[in-house]
Amino acid sequence: MEKVGVFLCHCDLNISGDVDVKKVLDAISQYPGVVYVEDCKDLCLPAGLDLIKKAIEEKGLKGVVLNSCSPGLHEGLYRQTVVSMGLSPYAYEIANLREVCGWPLVCDKEEATARAIQAIKASLNKLDWGEAVAPVSVPITKRALVIGGGIAGIQAALDIADGGYEVILVEKTSSIGGRMIQLSETFPTLDCPQCIETPRMVDVSQHPNIKLMAYCEVESLSGSAGNFTVKIRQKATYVDWSKCTGCGDCMEKCPYRRIPAEFDCYLGNRRAIYRPFPQAVPNRPIIDTKGCVRFLRAGAGDTRERCRACAIACQSDAIDFEMQDTFVEEKVGAIVVATGYDVFPKEKITEYPKDPDIIDGLQMERLLSSTGPTAGQMKRPSDGKVPQEVVFIQCVGSRDPAHYFPYCSRVCCMYTAKQAMLYKHAVHDGQAYVFYMDIRADGKGYEEFIQRAMEEDKVLYIRGRVSKIFRKGDKLMVWGIDTLSGNNVEIPADLVVLAVALVPSAGTKELAEKLGVAVDENGFMAEANAKLGTMESSTSGIYLAGMVQGLRDIPDSVQQAGGAASKVLDLFAKDEILLEPALVAATV
Amino acid sequence: MRIPYYPGCTLKTKAKNFEDSAVASLDSLGVQLAEMPVWNCCGTVYCLAVDETAHQLAPVRNLLRLKEQGESQVVSLCTMCYNSLKRANLLMKTDVEKRGKIVNFVSEGEGSYGGEVEVLHLLEVLRDEIGFERVRREVTKPLKGLKVAPYYGCLLLRPAEVAIDDPLRPTILEDLLVSLGAEAVDFPHKTECCGSFQTVNNVELVVECARRILDAAAEAGAEVMITSCPLCAFNLDHRQREIRKVYSDFRGMPVLYFTQLMAIALELGEGVCRFDLNHADPRPLLASKGVM
Amino acid sequence: MRVAVSTKTVRSQFVKRIGEISGQNILACYQCGLCSAGCPASGAMDVPPNQVMRLVQLGLEGEIAHSGTIWLCASCLKCSIRCPRGIDLARVMEALRLMILRKNIPHVDLSEIDREALLELPQVALVANFRKLTP
Repeated sequence: MEKVGVFLCHCDLNISGDVDVKKVLDAISQYPGVVYVEDCKDLCLPAGLDLIKKAIEEKGLKGVVLNSCSPGLHEGLYRQTVVSMGLSPYAYEIANLREVCGWPLVCDKEEATARAIQAIKASLNKLDWGEAVAPVSVPITKRALVIGGGIAGIQAALDIADGGYEVILVEKTSSIGGRMIQLSETFPTLDCPQCIETPRMVDVSQHPNIKLMAYCEVESLSGSAGNFTVKIRQKATYVDWSKCTGCGDCMEKCPYRRIPAEFDCYLGNRRAIYRPFPQAVPNRPIIDTKGCVRFLRAGAGDTRERCRACAIACQSDAIDFEMQDTFVEEKVGAIVVATGYDVFPKEKITEYPKDPDIIDGLQMERLLSSTGPTAGQMKRPSDGKVPQEVVFIQCVGSRDPAHYFPYCSRVCCMYTAKQAMLYKHAVHDGQAYVFYMDIRADGKGYEEFIQRAMEEDKVLYIRGRVSKIFRKGDKLMVWGIDTLSGNNVEIPADLVVLAVALVPSAGTKELAEKLGVAVDENGFMAEANAKLGTMESSTSGIYLAGMVQGLRDIPDSVQQAGGAASKVLDLFAKDEILLEPALVAATV
Repeated sequence: MRIPYYPGCTLKTKAKNFEDSAVASLDSLGVQLAEMPVWNCCGTVYCLAVDETAHQLAPVRNLLRLKEQGESQVVSLCTMCYNSLKRANLLMKTDVEKRGKIVNFVSEGEGSYGGEVEVLHLLEVLRDEIGFERVRREVTKPLKGLKVAPYYGCLLLRPAEVAIDDPLRPTILEDLLVSLGAEAVDFPHKTECCGSFQTVNNVELVVECARRILDAAAEAGAEVMITSCPLCAFNLDHRQREIRKVYSDFRGMPVLYFTQLMAIALELGEGVCRFDLNHADPRPLLASKGVM
Repeated sequence: MRVAVSTKTVRSQFVKRIGEISGQNILACYQCGLCSAGCPASGAMDVPPNQVMRLVQLGLEGEIAHSGTIWLCASCLKCSIRCPRGIDLARVMEALRLMILRKNIPHVDLSEIDREALLELPQVALVANFRKLTP
């Protein structure tokens, strides 16, 4: 190309410290087609951009090669500048002198300079080969898909729906509510989640803009930002929800009532036909084919007369044993992923034995919850006794790069303090002990909350870890250390609660693959930028909200969900999306 | 089947009860423990310094000998020997620099050794090469009703690279006991240290460690304890005398090598068991349980 | 009394040597205390193992030398396999012992053990003891 201008950014010292700028400019100014070379301290700042504009105007440049940091950072800005001067958006190239030339070869200036010259020459050649291509403009489907019906998904769905757009909320269990609805009370306000979350859940079910698809999962995804096609599997519930009135007679009559309930973290039982909890939204039951003997027998080829108790009890003729999974395809323009977390299985923490009275944090929530297996009464799992001495252990599996997870699970310090307090409120003369390494209480009102646990509820905080727990008759002997006094301690406990590490929910990796979204080294979905882009995934048009991107508490999850929703609303503010055309023709 | 066998110093004297019962038991299972023709001290404890090599000479010399004799495996009974040899073996496999220095020294520059010989503990051979099912079939006098506490100690399971089973939830001794027809009694301190070499100059420490272990086993209902290491056997068995001096109400129990129980279950006779070398005589208890 | 902590202590030759002999990253220890909680001998130690690590981090070798901790260690490796930071603490204890032993200062004096005891002890105990506690 003739009449090309070459601009070299020093990037303060990030480029000029590692690359010999003068040598580069000298070499390039000789290159055919180059009529203007200039260097400046910061090309991306207004002064730098003005230099480019001025040169295009005064020298009548037809093409521009900009040499700076990675195109990922300022490409948009440079393109805007070039286009504003009347040039085609494809009449410029960017050579990355920082991340590709300078930084990797910081110890070898000569090599870095040679590479820089090479990179610029390559960009100059590329200008010759570039042809202006008309960008494709595609109308945006102004409907959103939210995957996951926990508090983050609910918030995102409501915000987008309130913004005036249709939202499809897909939830894999039969009710929205997520983990929050399993909790007893939430820190630091001790609000009961049934009270504060259920109104939102009802809002979701009533909202004219929200299509709630519970007991559904994303099967596959195609398309791109603004134009996704998602295939959703509607799993067979074996109950026709349109006929069902939610009366609960089927559950009353189901003879199989000893199935460990997932919602109660297996501390209580449910029926084979069940609703996960009384305030479920949608308030409709499903049949668990692995627990219902009718289905188990059918699966085993047993042709005897099979149980129909629920069908007989149902006054609305809603039971349908022949139901199959079905599939629907929906077109959406943006996706928000809010699939949450699981608690790492405590059975895999081999330091501590398997014992019914050694439970994890989520199980403790169910014991403390008024909708739980003990109706909120503090009764320990093994014998129903009221525990007088409860030991809480923080950091079980977290902050342990040698055996489990290197990261901190973020919420355990706060929820442990809360559980200790709620235990004390339930058992007035009980004693709670918390083994901790550090106390992380950084939110609003959090530090005061911890102090309240220590001072008002007299929870004894012991700084140190527990090396051994073993049963001795009625008690669980907890052997730990108090590093602050230097004493090894032994506590005969009635109940032990482990704050086990939190992990991305089961199926996160598979879902990420379906969506084409990256995951980080710990399995959480990867954000676009750790500092400034936590609501966006690595894929355009797909946003992240809540624990799926990184562990956080409820206020932060709600905040992030609102942020993700606003990103979606940004996208929907336009009618069309410009698809970046990039065609490469190569002769081999 | 024949497998090269490294005895170590203690098995030839103070722990002859371990060796005799092991050799006889394995023989009746069709396995010949073929003692190495020439061997030296294994080093007993693996030196944990990374900046020196002198302490590795002893174990490596044995391993090099095995290689030169054309052997590809060696089995040890004594857990301390097992641990020392195995760790030295892994060092030879992974650290090329140290390997060069050490092997040059013990072979006058003539030999080469990169961890070619596999170091095994007898329990591994029983589990993986003979199989506990085979042991169960060969048992003619199942130790019915005998409540045995399986004591693992430290060096069978630590560090992770030499562990013969899960370091925190091992089951190999329990599996052996079940195959012998006995009742394995789980107790909380089965992987706690007995005090080890502190028994030479700090008997008080061993008294505390051993008492904790034996009391926990008794509380769990065990009548007898088994071990795989002569030092553990000394600390848990012989030191019961010292424990009684400090804790007059201490009851204790007989401590046997697992191979002694094997010999009884395989009905190989008292002779190979050498109970005279045990401190607490297990014969009255075993007789009262009807197993001998 | 105030203990002086400066580059003189935290970057002393002592700290450097402990790192070299043990091959461990002493600064990785975040003082969780799990080592001390599981150590079978910690009940008898005046300075528990996690505090010994702290003293190494601070470079306070005198305080370590005055305690009996490193000589009570039986190298049972419980601490090493449990440390969440992956520090092989047994190696650090060995390094602390060797810093003294290599100066030809034994911890155990053979002549102080009575003859009867010597005859009764299994060889493995004697050899192990002398390898660990004497130069």
